[in-house]
Amino acid sequence: MPVKLLMGNEALGLGAIHAGVNFVSGYPGTPSTEVLEAVAKHNDGSIHVEWSTNEKAALEAAAGAAYAGARALVTMKQVGLNVASDPLMTLSYIGVEGGLVIVVADDPGPISSQTEQDTRNFAQFAKVPLFDPASPGEAYAMIQDAFELSERHHTPVIVRPTTRVSHACGTVKTRGGVADCGAAFQNPTLDDDDASWERHVPSGFTKDTQRWVVFPRTSYLNHGKVEKRAAAIAEELSFGYRPNRIEMSGMGHAEATCAFAERGDKRFELGIACGGISYHYVMEALEMCGLELPVLKIGTPYPFPAKLATEFLEAVDEVLCVEELDPIIERELNFLCGFEFLANTVHGKLDGYFGYAGEQSVEAICDVLADVADLHNETNVSDQIVSLPKPELPPRPPVLCAGCPHRASFYAVKRAVGKRKAIFCGDIGCYTLGNAAPLDMVDTCLCMGGGITVAQGIETVDPDTLAFGFVGDSTFFASGITGVVNAVYNQHDMIVCILDNSTTAMTGQQPHPGTGRTMMGTEVPPLSIPRILEALGVDCQIVDPLDFEGAVQAVRDAIDKTGVRAIIFKSPCIYLEPPAHPAVKLDLDACIDCRACIKQLGCPALVVEDGHVAVDESLCYGCELCCKICPTDALREGGSDE
Amino acid sequence: MSERSGLNCVICGVGGQGNVLASRLIAQVLLARDEHVKTAETIGMAQRGGSVASHVRGGHPQSPLVPKGCADCLIAFEPGEAVRCIDYLAPGGTIVVNTQAAQPPVAALQGIDYDGSEALAYLRALPGVQLVEVDGASICEQAGSSKVLNIALLAAAVKSGALGITREELEDAIRERVHPRFHEMNLRAIMLVSE
Repeated sequence: MPVKLLMGNEALGLGAIHAGVNFVSGYPGTPSTEVLEAVAKHNDGSIHVEWSTNEKAALEAAAGAAYAGARALVTMKQVGLNVASDPLMTLSYIGVEGGLVIVVADDPGPISSQTEQDTRNFAQFAKVPLFDPASPGEAYAMIQDAFELSERHHTPVIVRPTTRVSHACGTVKTRGGVADCGAAFQNPTLDDDDASWERHVPSGFTKDTQRWVVFPRTSYLNHGKVEKRAAAIAEELSFGYRPNRIEMSGMGHAEATCAFAERGDKRFELGIACGGISYHYVMEALEMCGLELPVLKIGTPYPFPAKLATEFLEAVDEVLCVEELDPIIERELNFLCGFEFLANTVHGKLDGYFGYAGEQSVEAICDVLADVADLHNETNVSDQIVSLPKPELPPRPPVLCAGCPHRASFYAVKRAVGKRKAIFCGDIGCYTLGNAAPLDMVDTCLCMGGGITVAQGIETVDPDTLAFGFVGDSTFFASGITGVVNAVYNQHDMIVCILDNSTTAMTGQQPHPGTGRTMMGTEVPPLSIPRILEALGVDCQIVDPLDFEGAVQAVRDAIDKTGVRAIIFKSPCIYLEPPAHPAVKLDLDACIDCRACIKQLGCPALVVEDGHVAVDESLCYGCELCCKICPTDALREGGSDE
Repeated sequence: MSERSGLNCVICGVGGQGNVLASRLIAQVLLARDEHVKTAETIGMAQRGGSVASHVRGGHPQSPLVPKGCADCLIAFEPGEAVRCIDYLAPGGTIVVNTQAAQPPVAALQGIDYDGSEALAYLRALPGVQLVEVDGASICEQAGSSKVLNIALLAAAVKSGALGITREELEDAIRERVHPRFHEMNLRAIMLVSE
């Protein structure tokens, strides 16, 4: 088949393979996770693929590989780059030998993230080129261009998909071989022979302290080189690189570019500037509104293709900038207007046409176009929406799964603490969902590994409060250990609760150092969390959270102690193993419909049917936690009375 | 209004019901016809029992998301989710809905006796809409697995004509993208709906 249906992240992974990648590292995070998984899936064993302990470790290891001449890929979500920012900032100065591409997936919405930070800012800040793909097809081509550019200019390069590129599927033409920057993108090869891509053979590391060791004196010199490099790349990307282009809307690609080039002296009253997924929203909105306008598409927001943008500004009066998150393109155009003495009016977020938060949409663009282009036609999308008043619907936020061991862990802590004054500092992972009623067991959540350390600050200020820090197993390795070290060294008084479900659950069950499996498919000795804690001098208990009484007792024992103590709640994620027990049965004769089960556990399998508690057997995993708290023993182990 | 001839379909439901596979199967059918396809899916935190929606578009689409008011077909795994996504439906579009409600834990907690009946009544009252009601629970029971709900709803949508694809095309897509172990029960679900 010459054409594949690929998810944007798969396209990035496959594109990296076809660019001859040798070394791939990353840390899971929505919406980036599938990039590394795609490489692992198609790996013939010649590519080193690893989930690193965190993004900083991933980038440093990849930098080392690239120093030694390998082509290296690092994957993470946008907040992951915060963790990896220390090596990134310096790596921009030091540079690389082999191509180094960092895929950083942004999450406008946000749909699955703590922030709506815009990685294009990071590229400007670190002075690292950034490619901003608009579709899975463009992502596939761009990551190959990114490797080529990185290697030729000896700079790390960021490829920044957003959720609607990463998690969209599109028809993609794949090819073998290594792409040339820009040129090859214009003629995507039809051949789908995955075996025909060229393998890259790393040169090996060559010692050169002037080059690889960062010192103030070399940084001064490198700073100048970095600025020159950015200017040279901006020049290169301004003309002839197809993802940066000016075209007329409402036509096929080839004629659209020609139509603008052959405009002669014609000026346009209005033009649109956009990048990333917003480009496709814009093209669709213009089609819906029946508008033919020049569109400036920015595929590389840093270094900004200023010459191309100036050509665009010289052909239009007003510009509407359509982008997600920060007004990066809009600021660049405003800057160019001042720098080049141009009289354009630039609209966008800065003058309030669009908001900053959330995703961009075809509907919102149509509305603004109607305003800016002064349209009075029939294209108001919202007119078509059914006007019958809708019934009220109960909200449906994400919840801990039926049978999730985290529910049992939180509930055990809640019961053991009782009415004592306590603070529950949560963390990033499925267990953030422990914040919802009725558990209500997450008082704070800041960032990866932050639960353990935030608890230390609070207990110092409120010494009469029992301080709990919750952390998952993967997060413990990623950035929880340093917090425990801090607590021990600085004599904090807290209980560390490690919710160990033997996987990185939220992002889809990735292995981590404690699982004993690697992304190369090998079995390795798993790192032991209790032995790490023991080495740090932390008193540590291990309990099965589904052994309800045992778990409550363990928490009580920990409460009675002082200093830093830990409880490891160990029970696998329900996605790892089939249910060990059948669905729970409800004895209707014994049930007094007090709903204690529902009110205390909030399990999705406990529902109300015809005004009475019922068990949804299609959802029940048979964890039997509800059986242990039912005051009349009406909830029973499935099959127990058969 | 757009002149595009391609399919616009929104599939909505609750995380874990098999929404993503349903959209991939429609995409597979369009791909087999050499059409350009785009889909957008909900993956990540929202999956855990929250509201989810997948979009599938054929015929050289620009955006992977169906704009509001443009879906030819809305496939809902649950009546309330159909109401939540109703703004996507095009005038004269088709709604395929599983009549069995999925109760959010929040409803049980707040003592709201949500059974989807109000949502169904709303869907039935919509003017100029083709509504196809599917007794998903009964088909799943007959097919022997609650996992075939997605296929049952797809088969009903195929039968309604709203997707412009045939039963044979859907069956071929299942053979292409689903593990052989599950072929028989899924094909049985299609048979139960189609005949």
